[in-house]
Amino acid sequence: MEILGKGRKILLGNEAIARGALEANLDVATTYPGTPSSEIADSLSKVAIYLKKEGKEPFFYFQYSTNEKVAIEFAAASAICGLRALTCMKHVGLNVASDALMTYAYVGCKGGHVIVTADDPSCHSSQNEQDNRLYAKLANLPMLEPSSPQEAKDMTKMAFEISEKISLPVLLRTTTRISHMRGIVELEEMKMEKKKGKFVKGGDMVTVPEIARKLHPILLEKMEKARKISEEIEFNRIEDFGGDIGIITSGAPYNYTIEAIKDLKLKCKVFKLGMSHPLPYNKILKFLEECKKIVVIEELEPYIEEGVKTIANGMNLEIYGKGYGEFKRYHEYDMDIVYSTLAKFFGKKWNIRKRIDERNITPRPPVLCPGCPHRATYYAVKQVAPEDAIYPTDIGCYTLGLLPPYKTADFSLCMGSSFGSACGFSYATEQKVIAFIGDSTFFHAGIPALINAVHHNHDLVAVILDNSTTAMTGHQPHPGNDIDGMGDKAVKIDMESIVKGIGVKHVEIVNPYNLEKTKEAFKRALDYKGLSVIISKAPCILLARREEKYEITENCKKCKICLTKLACPAIYSDNGKIKINVALCTGCGFCPQVCPFNAIRRIE
Amino acid sequence: MKKSIIVAGVGGQGVITAANIIAKAALEEGYNVVTSELHGMAQRGGNVECNVRIGDVLSPIEASGMADAILSFEPLEALRNLNKVKENGIVLTDINPIFPLLGKYPSLDEIFNKISESCRLIKINADEIATKAGSILTKNVVMIGCLHSLKILPIKEESYIEAIKGSIKKKYVEMNIRAFKMGKEEIK
Repeated sequence: MEILGKGRKILLGNEAIARGALEANLDVATTYPGTPSSEIADSLSKVAIYLKKEGKEPFFYFQYSTNEKVAIEFAAASAICGLRALTCMKHVGLNVASDALMTYAYVGCKGGHVIVTADDPSCHSSQNEQDNRLYAKLANLPMLEPSSPQEAKDMTKMAFEISEKISLPVLLRTTTRISHMRGIVELEEMKMEKKKGKFVKGGDMVTVPEIARKLHPILLEKMEKARKISEEIEFNRIEDFGGDIGIITSGAPYNYTIEAIKDLKLKCKVFKLGMSHPLPYNKILKFLEECKKIVVIEELEPYIEEGVKTIANGMNLEIYGKGYGEFKRYHEYDMDIVYSTLAKFFGKKWNIRKRIDERNITPRPPVLCPGCPHRATYYAVKQVAPEDAIYPTDIGCYTLGLLPPYKTADFSLCMGSSFGSACGFSYATEQKVIAFIGDSTFFHAGIPALINAVHHNHDLVAVILDNSTTAMTGHQPHPGNDIDGMGDKAVKIDMESIVKGIGVKHVEIVNPYNLEKTKEAFKRALDYKGLSVIISKAPCILLARREEKYEITENCKKCKICLTKLACPAIYSDNGKIKINVALCTGCGFCPQVCPFNAIRRIE
Repeated sequence: MKKSIIVAGVGGQGVITAANIIAKAALEEGYNVVTSELHGMAQRGGNVECNVRIGDVLSPIEASGMADAILSFEPLEALRNLNKVKENGIVLTDINPIFPLLGKYPSLDEIFNKISESCRLIKINADEIATKAGSILTKNVVMIGCLHSLKILPIKEESYIEAIKGSIKKKYVEMNIRAFKMGKEEIK
């Protein structure tokens, strides 16, 4: 295992965070998977399972929690008992956990607790591109921002120390370009001592108003200590390339900035912010005094820019940031943006040489895999649902139902929003409402909304697409599985019992690969007045690929139903002749049921 | 020194593994190296693109018109990344198209002519070579063999072989080394 190696290794930013935690004698790690954070926790899960296979007892405990809020609560309790804890999630995961986080800051911790928020500027794999640096400010928590895998590892270790020094959880904020960047990391010794904590009663840990009022100023005192650390810490450093222009940057844009300075031979000083909350007030003030003009290079919100402008209040100093050149408040920065804007600022020449317009090239959007059970469910639904049916959907592979020809996704906000919004659409309209949610998402945030639908007797069809895994993020186990992230036996939560237990009267379980039976079940659900639940159950095809292959016979009348209505990526048209690519065919056996001419058969 | 390669293709073709093998080979030679990749939503049959940057570099992604070469596992993906490579840079591409589910796929001639206007185009049938080597799954390593022959990166054959050994399951190593050598022989 690379991550357990020695010397210099190439690691993914996320793997480097996991390794940093192992070097820092991690005790407890929790997560709910989400791109671009998933590989941090997945690496730890693999390490635990590997150690057990080698006959060694893992020195830490790891858990895929039901959702991010539970993940933070579990780890907070561990850290309060003196253990070192790591919790990782994607940026929107921190929204889910934020209720716990805001008050956890008041209570604080004893053992170090590092909370990783992996942001996704440009929404490569997300529903929004919120800037979670603002959470550090909102919650009053220290924050570190690495620019490379090496820093990701070093900062993780440092974050544990800061956390213990000031008794506060520390945020480690990455972005996609850091989490999913590979680079060389110097590995140091791992500390692998297994510990148990102790809960000491009597602290101010029940945040009733009287205690909360007392804790708030204490939190601010801790943050003043954090500011002093920020003034001294080596991660907040100045790199001098000559001249009196100052550039202030952090995270991924730091990399583009330094390369631009070297390639364009720019004379300037760079303030690299590694600990970006709280800002090192005095160190920045001194830097500003030494500079004639300032350029702030940061993605998304003008977080550093506003901080710097506050520090520069009263100084006669031009500060350039958002709105200058190509620096925008949306989407990630890249080399072109930073090179061209710095070239403009320094009066240098930099042409972005575009020879073609990429936008004219046929896009290749992500699609449901060949044989994906979600496609089969969507196909059946479209056969029986009225044209104007509303399809609230949720977060997972099945969001791809958005694409034609299925178009079974009309509305989605966040994890669990399908069922909650379905209740509203049902009340607000006379249209039929068919809502989709995945199994992992159902456990994460779907259950409270389903309870709402039962309690208020809303008229809708709630569909749980149960593929027995958290597919989109890389097949992590969830509460519906009988194995956990440590590879240990776990108690499998029975979805049907939950649904019936909360009082849903009309519940059916279907195998989506059986088209006729699935259609019949949806017809009954649509006819039912009130809430009906359909659990469409078939494992993710990436885990259940079959040996069988299918082919199109001479019976084919070129009606193209399989090609255009089913739209399985394994089916294609070769100069008008419809064919199945056997390399892509997963043998799911659904397409023969779609063909009206009996022209698809299994290859013997 | 800065050297960079764009490795492009379609999800499932082994693009990320190829980029990792090149990166490991660079480390083997003692160079600094960074790569970029995307996971999650981007993986489901969509286009995949990894940058491999070697030498005096920090950023995992390349600027437009700055990459030394494109190593593309699919013709349309070579075209999609054309802006990233230098004027007169090398575009090495496989010739077997994978059709997107929707939209028009331009003719191969159209794609190749467009690339040839500004770059040195090298076409290979990596699918065929990989199949001869033992499995279509070795396509990514065939492509690396071709890359090696083009002498764009200062990396020796032994370093690639070491990197392949360190990246691929033991039982497939021999087949992949064969694929690397067949790829190398293809470009003369």
